[in-house]
Amino acid sequence: MIIVGVLYVLHQDFWFWRAARPLVFGFLPVGLFYHACYTVATVLVMILLVRIAWPSELEEGMADDDRFVSASQPRPVPLNKEDVEH
Amino acid sequence: MIPALVVFAYLGVVLYIGIFAFRKSHHREEAEDYFLANRSLGPYVFLFSLFGTNMTAFAILGSSGHAFNNGIVTFGLMASSSALIIPLSLFLIGTRVWALGKKYGFITPVQMFRDRWECSHIGTVIFVVQAALLIPYIIIGVMGGGTALSAISGGRVPYWFGGALVAMVVMSYVFFGGMRGTAWVNTFQTILFLCFGAIALIVIGIGMGGFQQSAEALLGSPATAPLMTRERISPLYFFSYTFIPLSSIAFPHITIFCLTARKMNQFKKTVVLYPVCMLALWMPCVFLGVMANRATDVPKIQEKIEARRVLATEGPRLTADERDNLRSKTAGDDVLLLLLERYAPLWLAGLLGAGIMAAVMASDSQILALSTMFTEDVFAFYGGRKRFGEAAQVHTGRLFIVLITIFAYAVALRAPQNIFDLAVQYAFSGYSALSPLLVAALFWKRSTKWGALASTVWCAMSVAAVALFQYAVPAPAGPPVAMWSIGGIEVLSRTAGGTAVFGLMPVVPMTIISALLLILVSLLTARPGQATMRRYFRAA
Repeated sequence: MIIVGVLYVLHQDFWFWRAARPLVFGFLPVGLFYHACYTVATVLVMILLVRIAWPSELEEGMADDDRFVSASQPRPVPLNKEDVEH
Repeated sequence: MIPALVVFAYLGVVLYIGIFAFRKSHHREEAEDYFLANRSLGPYVFLFSLFGTNMTAFAILGSSGHAFNNGIVTFGLMASSSALIIPLSLFLIGTRVWALGKKYGFITPVQMFRDRWECSHIGTVIFVVQAALLIPYIIIGVMGGGTALSAISGGRVPYWFGGALVAMVVMSYVFFGGMRGTAWVNTFQTILFLCFGAIALIVIGIGMGGFQQSAEALLGSPATAPLMTRERISPLYFFSYTFIPLSSIAFPHITIFCLTARKMNQFKKTVVLYPVCMLALWMPCVFLGVMANRATDVPKIQEKIEARRVLATEGPRLTADERDNLRSKTAGDDVLLLLLERYAPLWLAGLLGAGIMAAVMASDSQILALSTMFTEDVFAFYGGRKRFGEAAQVHTGRLFIVLITIFAYAVALRAPQNIFDLAVQYAFSGYSALSPLLVAALFWKRSTKWGALASTVWCAMSVAAVALFQYAVPAPAGPPVAMWSIGGIEVLSRTAGGTAVFGLMPVVPMTIISALLLILVSLLTARPGQATMRRYFRAA
């Protein structure tokens, strides 16, 4: 969560607000280049999240191809108004 | 006409994919199969289709148009913030929605809310608000189809025919293919418009004689140099915009889409690769939008630049109508099309036009979502499924798709587009303000149906209030005009582009107050029973 918080703060890059130079590769304003790099950084953070904080507990009790419900079985949730407590 | 013919061929391919999906379903008339593709989408179809569902016409045409007038800030404002928040919301919320859907058979978010908070009519209120915020999207999709096809054909295809053709194609593949057809078409479309960005960048770059000279020229002129920085947008506005991507997961078509994955692992690729797709699509569109300001040999672009100059120098002396007229002339949604027309060979302009059509036709998921919500949350919930059976439910869904498409087309023919642009603008804010509902349902045990109702009613009222305010108070030509101040602090202002509350976009107070109301009212009311709590929280 700290890394995500830091990434959120880094999005507000007021330090490049009025700067266009240097032009990266001769044509890309530095503010735009920063946000391209920022987007790449989000990819790295997402890789980290998927590796270390994947909510695998949500799948507990569910085999890979297991289906708790299927189209041919009645769904366990109340589907009709009469079934719901008011 | 060649580009238009290529686009017609593309529409034929899209239609075929939808019908092929119908065949693959073996004509099953089951709700889960039709509305959720039997929860069976593979990892890449899930990624591309989810990304394509999120990208509307705005992703290509609107982003370059916004960048044309506002500069490079468009990327940070709309793309890089979404690249963080959307994958994060899929990671935290999408996976949980998927697991609950698989476990308890939910097909719509309202079903989950009804079950989680043990409510009936409150769920219907949530459905009504969600549907009301979604309809303008569908209408704008039809309008976008008509406008794009007319522009690609150089005006040879009239707006009414283009809109009708696009609406008919979208309706057909959604009608026949359901979620499976929509997901496959979206996958095809996403691959097409992801390729579009890179190809357009290369072709236009070569046509303009490279970008180095154009970039230096833009920086050399006082009128265009600010476009290479972010000074046209205030830091507070920039911060506010980070609340907008919260809307993504709250959009019913995205929540419903989360239920279509075969396994939870399929979210992994989507979470990681979503920012890559954002970069690949938005970076070329934003950059080309800025560079269009140096397309001195495209007369229509020069007309836009001239209208912008008049608005900036003489705006305060003009009437509100004259300013609105000039603003519509400065709109840059077609700059990318104009650049392609000028610099790309005809056959390539056709292919790239098909890429643009792919983005414009994003209303398919919204039409399907609205049909799914109606049949599940209203038809089935109020006894239709029990009385008439599951096949009748699917038939009702299909009939609803036809009716909503006809309605959208009829409205698109008569109503001015700016009304719906506004409605779509506030739909984002509205769905952001609804996002606390999902967070509370999934993570906060103490949340109640009355808290959810308070949040939903607030969301509907605040969207209506902001829309009415903007309708009643004309946009100023220059800096924001304070309408209500306390002790010298501007509370409510009318800006050129909308409304500001304490200098922030309305989405910030809307979302924060929505969350506070949900918390406060929940704490004052009784929580759901233990049996329900145990199904949602382990330690309940």
